[in-house]
Amino acid sequence: MTLLVLEGVRRRFGGIVAADGIDLALGDGERRCLIGPNGAGKSTVFKLIMGLVRPDSGSIRLDGREITREEPFRRVQLGLSMKYQTTRIFPSLTVAQNMSIARSRGGNGSDLVSWALDRLGLTSLATRSAGELSYGQQHWLEMCMVLGSGPRVVLMDEPTAGMTPEESRRTGGFIKELTGRGIAAIVIEHDMHFVRDLEAPTTVLHQGRVFREGSMAEIEADPEVQRIYLGEVDA
Amino acid sequence: MNGQSHVAAQSGSIAPASATVFERLGLDGPLTIFGGPVYWLLFVLALAAALLFPLYGSVFAALNFTNFLINVPLALGLALLWGYCGVLSFGQVAFFGIAGYAYGVMAINWGMGSATLLAAFCALGLTALVAAAFGYFLFYGRVSGWIVPVLTLVFTLVLETFLGQTAGMEWKIGEAPLGGFNGMTNIPSLTAGTISFDGFSLPLFYLVIILVAGILVGLRMLANSHFGHVIMAIQEDPERAELLGYDIRRYQLVVFTIAGFLAGLSGVLYATWGNFIQPSSVGLLAATFPVLWAAVGGRRSLTSVLIGTIALASLSDALAVYSGELAFVVMGALLLFGMMAAPDGIVITILRFLTKLVGRKSR
Repeated sequence: MTLLVLEGVRRRFGGIVAADGIDLALGDGERRCLIGPNGAGKSTVFKLIMGLVRPDSGSIRLDGREITREEPFRRVQLGLSMKYQTTRIFPSLTVAQNMSIARSRGGNGSDLVSWALDRLGLTSLATRSAGELSYGQQHWLEMCMVLGSGPRVVLMDEPTAGMTPEESRRTGGFIKELTGRGIAAIVIEHDMHFVRDLEAPTTVLHQGRVFREGSMAEIEADPEVQRIYLGEVDA
Repeated sequence: MNGQSHVAAQSGSIAPASATVFERLGLDGPLTIFGGPVYWLLFVLALAAALLFPLYGSVFAALNFTNFLINVPLALGLALLWGYCGVLSFGQVAFFGIAGYAYGVMAINWGMGSATLLAAFCALGLTALVAAAFGYFLFYGRVSGWIVPVLTLVFTLVLETFLGQTAGMEWKIGEAPLGGFNGMTNIPSLTAGTISFDGFSLPLFYLVIILVAGILVGLRMLANSHFGHVIMAIQEDPERAELLGYDIRRYQLVVFTIAGFLAGLSGVLYATWGNFIQPSSVGLLAATFPVLWAAVGGRRSLTSVLIGTIALASLSDALAVYSGELAFVVMGALLLFGMMAAPDGIVITILRFLTKLVGRKSR
């Protein structure tokens, strides 16, 4: 069943068209990778989905419900959630207190959260100050936090940026298990090894448009995709 | 009470096994910088020393002290709003003035005696309502960070200008003339039964001390509750807080209303203390003081703001004995120097240093 739908979503910033009629459909519990060269509009798509940026035209629907004009917090309450590329946690508070803030909807998603904390090895660090955690652990804490609202779709902007290979591997396993639990996820990534490991359908963005969609093997074999990544496309 | 038990359950489930009794009660926590047994021992001692002051100090000094303490609710409200929620209001005195004038109008019209209690109650309700309405337009209009101090300052200056031109009989509400530039005089003091809370006797002194202590404790508990964590999250990273599912406008509005209410409480206490209120109490100079008290005290610490407010109010009072202008020059110089030496606030920096000393000794 289709859960999240973007239809002809356009947004321009001055003379730059950041999203030029994006169509995207994500199924319940689906795992999806979003790749593309710098400036392709990947982060803009996330901002559009979360309501941090309003589209000039087009429509965004969650579970059949029109959310194009909803406030960001409403979208979170309706089941969307996003992990930023840079960690945005509350470093002066403990892990447990960060998680307490993240549970904006009371008991919602508490099973999911305890599973996630366990899976990422944060349960035993509950009383530690979040600022003292390792870089990778801070990313993991934020991943657990975005699950605190009990989301149906999680957006992750480069979740493994700056992680060690071992941490990346663990993160990949976590995302797979998460979607296995019925939570849909869209992951922006630059690391092609990681994308391959996620074994997910991949959407390539280019110049604010969906350029290709398919399995990673198909995408990688596509000469057009190779061309845009090497920057040889005609201006 | 439902909301509270909800909060308690939430913080209870995450309280570490090693939590102190103060942390379990919500009196201490990471959002109240100073705490622990020594803090609360000093708190009780200071409270006792203040309550027993008339036994060893002069009544005159006690009544003067009341005047300084009256500012503390306003200052603590601003500490919550600015230090914890990240919203700088430059116009808190507007709510001080609205409450003072509203109390004056109602108390004069309804007469002395216990009707003054009703007047105080209504004045505070009205002030909270005005704060909520003003805050609604600020926050739901998504007015961005640095515009808020400007708008709040303009708000209080407009109020001052308006009140300044209310001389004459056409500006009389019932029996109460607003009095223009000279302000409103002959405001009856709060009276409960036979006890009069005025500026000439001790009941107001005790009332203000108990109110201030209660507000400090109450705000500490609020800061350490789930609500407090959320407003801190909003101050540190509003977008992150919103993307965790919080309608941050609602939280900012609630805090703004609480701060307005507390400023109003100071206004009512001022009117009952001095039996008058004047437009300059909502003017530019008056508007500057609360911001300085919070900044010099250390806006992220309620205790520091409380101490800073009393210290600065007494200091400017002491200097004013020599010369009003001199007081402002000396205060200004001190503040400038202090803020450069200790950007977090002077009192908070001193308290941090003392806390370290005590910690080292007990170890």
